[in-house]
Amino acid sequence: MLAKRIIPCLDVRHGKVVKGVNFEGVKDVGDPVACAAEYNRQGADEIVFYDIVASHEGRGTFLDVVRETAKQVFVPLTVGGGISSVADMRETLRAGADKISINSAAVKNPQLISDGAEIFGSQCIVVGIDAKRDGRGGFTVYANGGRIDMHVDLLEWVTEIEQRGAGEICLNSIDTDGVRGGFDLEMLKAVCARVRIPVIASGGAGKLSDFAEVFQETDATAALAASLFHFGELTIPQVKADCRSKGIAMR
Amino acid sequence: MIAVIDYGAGNLFSVCNALTFLGIPHEVTKDAAVLDKADAVILPGVGAFPAAMEALTATGLTDTIIENARKKPLLGICLGMQMLFDRSDEMGDTLGLGLIPGYVSRIPSQRVIIPHMGWNELVITQDCPLLSGLDAPVYTYFVHSYQAFCDDANIVAYCDYDGKVPALVTDGGFVFGAQFHPEKSGEQGLMMLRRFEEMAR
Repeated sequence: MLAKRIIPCLDVRHGKVVKGVNFEGVKDVGDPVACAAEYNRQGADEIVFYDIVASHEGRGTFLDVVRETAKQVFVPLTVGGGISSVADMRETLRAGADKISINSAAVKNPQLISDGAEIFGSQCIVVGIDAKRDGRGGFTVYANGGRIDMHVDLLEWVTEIEQRGAGEICLNSIDTDGVRGGFDLEMLKAVCARVRIPVIASGGAGKLSDFAEVFQETDATAALAASLFHFGELTIPQVKADCRSKGIAMR
Repeated sequence: MIAVIDYGAGNLFSVCNALTFLGIPHEVTKDAAVLDKADAVILPGVGAFPAAMEALTATGLTDTIIENARKKPLLGICLGMQMLFDRSDEMGDTLGLGLIPGYVSRIPSQRVIIPHMGWNELVITQDCPLLSGLDAPVYTYFVHSYQAFCDDANIVAYCDYDGKVPALVTDGGFVFGAQFHPEKSGEQGLMMLRRFEEMAR
């Protein structure tokens, strides 16, 4: 049986993990490679690196982090932030990423999804979405880290993403992100009902039971969290044990 | 030395990273002479079958691969595994290497999410040197939309995805194919690559 995936996300700025990760045994809490290796040891099913600065100047340092991690960590590695062209995709994959995550660039230029899928294969194209309730019973898509309303209907967008050949969707709800009251079950259900590609739940995890809940209540195949794992409030083994005890398949 | 065939496959670097980490000597190559002198051969692969088969054919290595597969271990990974079979109907009908009898077609279930992406548990049905020493449960990382259809005799392990998906296959001799990515399947995946290298000794 296919296991549900637990995915920690590491935000990286200037080659360092933002705010650091509080792990026992990891001396440099800001070292992304050491943090990724620790998540791997804990049983993370995939690891996401997100370049939060995504500046042209910092790109080399960031890709060095990806390159070094890929030499030591042998679970799938997804890389996002600042990828806006086929050339960026190629460079990131060559550095050792298994998947590339595009978000704002895809909303602004949907052809990028098609081009990426065509050239590198659907399996490595993840489209990240930041979405929010539109106040009229629907959801709308935002760009630039949730700052710009693109006036694109979420459900039309996910249909287009699938048709253009993306392999996976990572759905972040702006409404629940940071609130720590659980994943946005309503938004996830709406999206999962629309597409047949895997959907990763993101935004809102605040306690142990939120993970099992998202798998029991929606068809999301993976759940992503950042700060919850970084600050050691919850560990990946704890989350997996809770899910397992509720009958959810875990690696 | 393990020859890793270079025909532009996307997971070539990941495979090499894993071999380097394990300290296994390897050479990325499109040179028939290197294949001939190698102790074993890995055929990586991700993407679409026709384009990959075309790229592999363009290297001029297909006959060399088939000849070498009679006398030394060959491991096809993901699309490289699918290319070991007779044919695939992905985007039309394309011939494969014909090293294992069977064909490749879309995952038939209408009820499951496609691609089959993530960690699935292997159901091991035959002894296989690649799996020796691995403790159950063995979970490996899959990402694919097409699967092999072949005789049970050629299946060493399968996984369940609303149907039987061949996960590790063999011709009964030196040829092995993994639908999953051992290079991305954590410790257990690395152990399989280690076993493969031991077979080559």
